[in-house]
Amino acid sequence: MERFSWTNIFRLGLKELRSLAADKVLLGLIVWAFSGAIYEAATGVSQELHNAPVAIVDEDASPLSSRLAGALYPPYFKPPELIRLDQVDAAMNSNRYAFVLVIPPHFQRDLSAGRQPEMQLNIDATLISQAFIGANYISQIVSGEVSEYLTGRRDAATSPIRLTTRARFNPNLTGLWFGGVMEAINNVTMLTIILVGAAFIREREHGTIEHLLVMPLTPFEIMMAKIWANGLAVLLGVAFALLVMVQRVLQVPIAGSVPLFLAAAACYLFSAASIGIFLGTIARSMPQLGLLIIIVIVPLQLLSGGVTPQESMPEAIRHIMAATPTTYFVRLAQGILYRGAGLEVVWRDLLAMTGVGAAFFTIALVRFRKAVTQTQL
Amino acid sequence: MDRPPVARLEGVSLRYGAVAALDGIDLSLPAGGMVGLIGPDGVGKSSLLALVSGARQIQSGRIEVLGGDIGQRHFRASVQPRIAYMPQGLGKNLYPTLSVFENVDFFGRLFGQNRAERAQRIDELLASTGLAPFRDRPAAKLSGGMKQKLGLCCALIHDPDLLILDEPTTGVDPLSRRQFWELIDRIRTRRPGMSVLVATAYMEEADRFDWLVAMDDGKVIGTGTPAELRAQTGQATLDGAFIQLLPEDKRRAHQELVIPPWVDRSPGYAIEAEGLTQRFGDFVAVDGVSFQIDEGEIFGFLGSNGCGKTTTMKMLTGLLPPTSGEARLFGKAVDARDLETRKQVGYMSQAFSLYGELTVAANLDLHARLFHLPDARRGPRIAELMQRFGLDEYADQAAADLPLGIRQRLSLAVAVVHEPKLLILDEPTSGVDPVARDEFWELLVELSRQHGVTIFISTHFMNEAERCDRISLMHAGKVLASDTPAALCAARGEKTLEAAFIGYLEEASGAREATEGEAKAANTVAAAGRERRGIGSAFSLRRLLGYAYREALELRRDMIRLGFALLGSVIMTFVLGFGMSFDVENLRFAVLDRDQTPESRDYIANIAGSRYFVQRPPLLDEADLDRRMKSGEVSLAIEIPADYGRDLRRGRAPEIGVLVDGAMPYRGETMRGYIEGMHREYVQRLLREQAGQPAAQPFSIVSRYRYNQDFKSVYAMVPAVIPLLMLLIPAILMALGVVREKELGSITNLYVTPVTRLEFLVGKQLPYIAVCMVSYFLMMLEAVLVFGVPVKGSFLAMTLGALLYVTATTGLGLLMSTFTKTQIAALFGTAIVTMLPTIQFSGLTTPVESLQGAGYWVGQFYPATYFILICRGAFTKGLGFAELWPSLLALAAFIPVLTLASVALLKKQEK
Repeated sequence: MERFSWTNIFRLGLKELRSLAADKVLLGLIVWAFSGAIYEAATGVSQELHNAPVAIVDEDASPLSSRLAGALYPPYFKPPELIRLDQVDAAMNSNRYAFVLVIPPHFQRDLSAGRQPEMQLNIDATLISQAFIGANYISQIVSGEVSEYLTGRRDAATSPIRLTTRARFNPNLTGLWFGGVMEAINNVTMLTIILVGAAFIREREHGTIEHLLVMPLTPFEIMMAKIWANGLAVLLGVAFALLVMVQRVLQVPIAGSVPLFLAAAACYLFSAASIGIFLGTIARSMPQLGLLIIIVIVPLQLLSGGVTPQESMPEAIRHIMAATPTTYFVRLAQGILYRGAGLEVVWRDLLAMTGVGAAFFTIALVRFRKAVTQTQL
Repeated sequence: MDRPPVARLEGVSLRYGAVAALDGIDLSLPAGGMVGLIGPDGVGKSSLLALVSGARQIQSGRIEVLGGDIGQRHFRASVQPRIAYMPQGLGKNLYPTLSVFENVDFFGRLFGQNRAERAQRIDELLASTGLAPFRDRPAAKLSGGMKQKLGLCCALIHDPDLLILDEPTTGVDPLSRRQFWELIDRIRTRRPGMSVLVATAYMEEADRFDWLVAMDDGKVIGTGTPAELRAQTGQATLDGAFIQLLPEDKRRAHQELVIPPWVDRSPGYAIEAEGLTQRFGDFVAVDGVSFQIDEGEIFGFLGSNGCGKTTTMKMLTGLLPPTSGEARLFGKAVDARDLETRKQVGYMSQAFSLYGELTVAANLDLHARLFHLPDARRGPRIAELMQRFGLDEYADQAAADLPLGIRQRLSLAVAVVHEPKLLILDEPTSGVDPVARDEFWELLVELSRQHGVTIFISTHFMNEAERCDRISLMHAGKVLASDTPAALCAARGEKTLEAAFIGYLEEASGAREATEGEAKAANTVAAAGRERRGIGSAFSLRRLLGYAYREALELRRDMIRLGFALLGSVIMTFVLGFGMSFDVENLRFAVLDRDQTPESRDYIANIAGSRYFVQRPPLLDEADLDRRMKSGEVSLAIEIPADYGRDLRRGRAPEIGVLVDGAMPYRGETMRGYIEGMHREYVQRLLREQAGQPAAQPFSIVSRYRYNQDFKSVYAMVPAVIPLLMLLIPAILMALGVVREKELGSITNLYVTPVTRLEFLVGKQLPYIAVCMVSYFLMMLEAVLVFGVPVKGSFLAMTLGALLYVTATTGLGLLMSTFTKTQIAALFGTAIVTMLPTIQFSGLTTPVESLQGAGYWVGQFYPATYFILICRGAFTKGLGFAELWPSLLALAAFIPVLTLASVALLKKQEK
């Protein structure tokens, strides 16, 4: 390691902050990413069942069948529409309904006579996140209605074993709790990589990095300055997102320690910024960097456990994702923020995340000089 | 001259923010001759030319060009084919990756010329400029002089009546400069009616113009022929005349610079180079260069652009390790890691490399601090430099807003802030006016003679070269000659250094014959002006295709980007298609079994046997449960109460508690569904076993998972991942399309050629649509062959959808590109605007109907929503045109909206 001076890192970092402050459009986008975008993501998306469009084919036309239609109501379902049996295929093909419940003729009569009639539930399985949950809900609701009709009680015959399920950390399984925080994490990844990577390429394209290298400055100092300054800007953003947007505006309770989370976020910022510089040493121009960033960020966001659970991914993908800091950050952020995990629980992830970041930092440091001079010709 | 003036300006003013660039200019420029604008940098010459060419919007006043008001849009459209504009900066409006031929060819297309006409004109132009041998060389690899000749070819392709050249020879070596003006002369003999308007910083060039406008501080301070100006002021030279024309307070006591003779006081060398060689691939940039520079000497480095001067300097600073040979500074081998040596060196690179967004004062302060100047020393040093370099009045201006000459002054101030022992200056005075250059040299002389600073300087100015103690002439990577200026003149038997230099250059390059060849070729050019066809028209397919062709060429040259775009989408489909799975599986559960009876174990075995669950070691107690759930090690905990077995046997209905990790709501919900389902089945089985017969279920529900019987994620995800990638990648590919031209300067071609905004935008978009369609077909192949997801419905309908979709998604990127100012902002904005809606609001994971609030509406008005419907419909639902037409129609509707928005936001003139 070359010798380095903290004052140089500090000075160069201040310069970075000034440059950032001069780009008003960029600032506006950062502010949006940690305010409006968080709100939009949190309130817009709910992976739980919500307003599912449902239709009923009522060939029975009995009091019971109309009672069933009345049992599906918001917020889980849109008020069901009645359609004919021959309309089912076309309606489902055109995505009008996610679920179509077919009540056969004489359902009520057969039920009362103990002939065990059969209902059919058509499910649009392309709506993968809702198909299973929705089918489960509809089965439960219908069973409840039928048993109430038969016995006057919602729960069928007295069960020999009772089951109570409770959800921990988010008792009502509100999507709002999830969306806001995950969006904050996604934006941290995206902003940091783009900010640092693009700032690096811009300095390369303008020749200012070269200028710095002729001065008594080391690549280590130049990189550290970029990381702390841009990291600080993003850290302020994520603190705002958490303390103001998530806690105040969205009223989502945070289970764990916010300072611990922010400290972890700072480590993550170092790792993400290192990836940004690393990408900056690979790309030779801004258009190349743009593509590279998209190719890197999309899998980071989609496969790190923030959108779909990691345990259902194939082994190979999980191994690849273990080499990215985002996987660890998503896991420890979920641990701290939702489950109230403390340092004693998350320290392994924290260490792994920083380690991965340090590896990217080192590779970028090794490539630094070569990358800067290869801009020529 | 009795012809009407080529341009008439009345009360023209222009402000950039608070700074007035032009201040109430009234001027009439005579037609048919060479009109020169002279004056130092930053006085408004470039602004004036940009206004006259129609590139920049008029703020106040009125400008008539070629008999009409250039402020009028319709007149401008009709007159632009008669004007050619070459902006300041070497090759500023050229396309670096395109070859010489392709650059000129592109301009021909913009002016609506057909293939045969273009071919003929290009041949003539290249022959007459001597560029014919370099027809296929990329513009980026031309020397500065050749770039300017190429720029001239591009400007002359359409036989303009008015040729506007903004400092065309700044930064060009003397031989190329001479050739450039000879070329202009020949063209003018051929087309005597053509008016030429030139801005220049070289007074000796201005001397040969027909009529001059001297400018200072946004105002005209004198007009007339060079002879008139000299006569008016009673000066022998134009330089002197100009200084006399300056207002009283600015006319500084200008005196001839006297350089005291240099005496070698120190035995050591400041710089020693031995056989320095630098190769870039096959290209030898510097070929065995050796020299020794004494301490305190001013050593000049002369040569044409691209001859290896800059590369040599970079090797001396340690920026570029030499391929072979050695460089020593103060007796120590150059080592990039040696910080101590660097403190003794000040370097000023050719390109402006300070921080444009920082103010002048902040730039100086930053560098002073980075060189660790003591606090007490820093303030006075900065003040001293600001004063000496005349930067005081600019102290609080951002460096990027400064005129070129002032910026160069600032760069030098920064280079000497730490009082280095050695200064390496790469063309420091390029574009700086004569007065400022002399001041600059005064400082250099002082540094050298009084402080013993060694100065290694490269320059194009012969009068500067004459001031050096010794000079080296460089050409094509080799040093041609090295001696004192007087000795070099004597060696060639020439009176001036310029003549001596040109002599050396011609000898080395055999350029004289070429020049003669050019002259011959120029004479054969048909002089008759050709008819202009349809070039003012409102829409021209040829211009549109011209832009498309050029963009396609650029894209093809950038194999890395093309590779990323094509392979990137294939790899990402693979990774995301396999990785993104909504199958909730491998859920880790653990049991807190307080009963430990066969009954409780039977219950647990039932769950552990499921393919959804993986059992973890049992939970010890409540605290263990709490800790392991917090860490996420266990997602589902089952608590079996004590006496469970006994209660069950006695029919007391014991209660089993299940805790589900709700941190990820969708997953929690699914786990709850699983566990409740398994519980029901278990109870049924129990009842069956107890009663010895199946329990009477009053009714049953048969679930039909349509379109995806196995309910596997991959069938739903692959058709959704493809639309995701076909939005993000095309948008980001396109996002830099316009803004990059803005940053690099080639946007000027939109401003000053007849191309319309629609042609420009659509032309740029077409190649990207083609690339994206190729990537679509690749992804389709992958879906079918690798993932085994068959296309059950109409492939044709889906492909039509894909075409509409990529047109919309590239349009989205283009829209971002038209209203952002910097590449970073465009990149950033596109990422922010596309990522969230594509991933969250377009039905990738959650159906749009289930969204709420803003998310729902974003989803409704987002192209990905419709293409995901089309893809899923065609892949898994077996649908065709009959069912998909509403979505296709919706996609088609995005295209005109996005294109019109881009057209509306794009400016046809610079503001």
